[in-house]
Amino acid sequence: MAEHATHIEGLAHHFVSMEQQKEAGMIGMWLFLVTEVMFFGGLFLAYTIYRTIYPEGFLYGSHLLNVTLGGTNTVVLIVSSLTMAMGVYYSQKGEPKKVMGFLTLTLILGLVFLVIKYFEYASKIHDKLFPAMGWYNPETTGAHGVPLNLQQPVRVFLWIYFLMTGLHAVHMIVGAGILITLILMTRKGKFTKNYNSPVEISGLYWHFVDIVWIFLFPLLYLTGYHLSVGGH
Amino acid sequence: MADHSHDNSHGHPENPIKYYIGVFTLLLVMTGLTVFVAQYDLEKHWGPLNAIVALSIAVIKAMAVIMIFMHVRWSSRLTQLIVVSAAFWLLIMLSFTISDYFTRGGWPIGLGKY
Repeated sequence: MAEHATHIEGLAHHFVSMEQQKEAGMIGMWLFLVTEVMFFGGLFLAYTIYRTIYPEGFLYGSHLLNVTLGGTNTVVLIVSSLTMAMGVYYSQKGEPKKVMGFLTLTLILGLVFLVIKYFEYASKIHDKLFPAMGWYNPETTGAHGVPLNLQQPVRVFLWIYFLMTGLHAVHMIVGAGILITLILMTRKGKFTKNYNSPVEISGLYWHFVDIVWIFLFPLLYLTGYHLSVGGH
Repeated sequence: MADHSHDNSHGHPENPIKYYIGVFTLLLVMTGLTVFVAQYDLEKHWGPLNAIVALSIAVIKAMAVIMIFMHVRWSSRLTQLIVVSAAFWLLIMLSFTISDYFTRGGWPIGLGKY
């Protein structure tokens, strides 16, 4: 311990310099995100294979989703990525008031996303489109304009829809928890111009969750959109 | 930060806000474009055309977020290598599994013709 003649504020004892400490943190987060890519990648793989087997089922299944709500949520997440990037920028500049402002905005946008998602899920469950609810029984439904022979494939699509968006929503909830923690830490003055790694690293996570939605929106919501607008 | 602000290979630019606004605008325009294109049934021209257009737009959007919002453009070589490795391993998983499905008899595997 005595070999460190000078103590730098915010530097853990097992790192040589602030730069090394920051680089280690960033690389750690990126490695975690690689595992997340593979995690979601498996679901995108399942989507691809089932869509190839049941192209019509995915067309009609996608047609059941609300493009207005999904599109609104896409824009909400894009704005939240901008506010997150701004929060990280001001944390590098060492302006905690602006950091708190932008992180709070990001948190609010994240919650708006989750509220919209809740209403989407509630409407699907109300219409018995949650596939665990027995909707697939042709005796009881035949509903929503889905031809009888497509009911099973549409059910496969709905399982994938709920699994992928549900996993994404769990990531959003975790992200909201991280943002609340960051806001409280910023308020306590934990971050300085020299030490802001938690804000930067959480920013990476938030942008990653945005990227997952960038792929989910067209694949889930827009695949059958031309059925709704007349199929030009 | 000011010490290496002129070195674009490492560290952040003096004023990244103009990049952020640029990416933000690109993301909004691309979202509008992907919704617009999805109104048209391109599949009557060629099977997977709708999916190819939608995925190309999504990849461009993701690249913009990764390079600018996630600072990969200004990150260390090691970080950039890790990011590329994510895409590399994902492509291995997708291409090997899908090629396996394709090269087995009777693709698409039939649970009946839907």
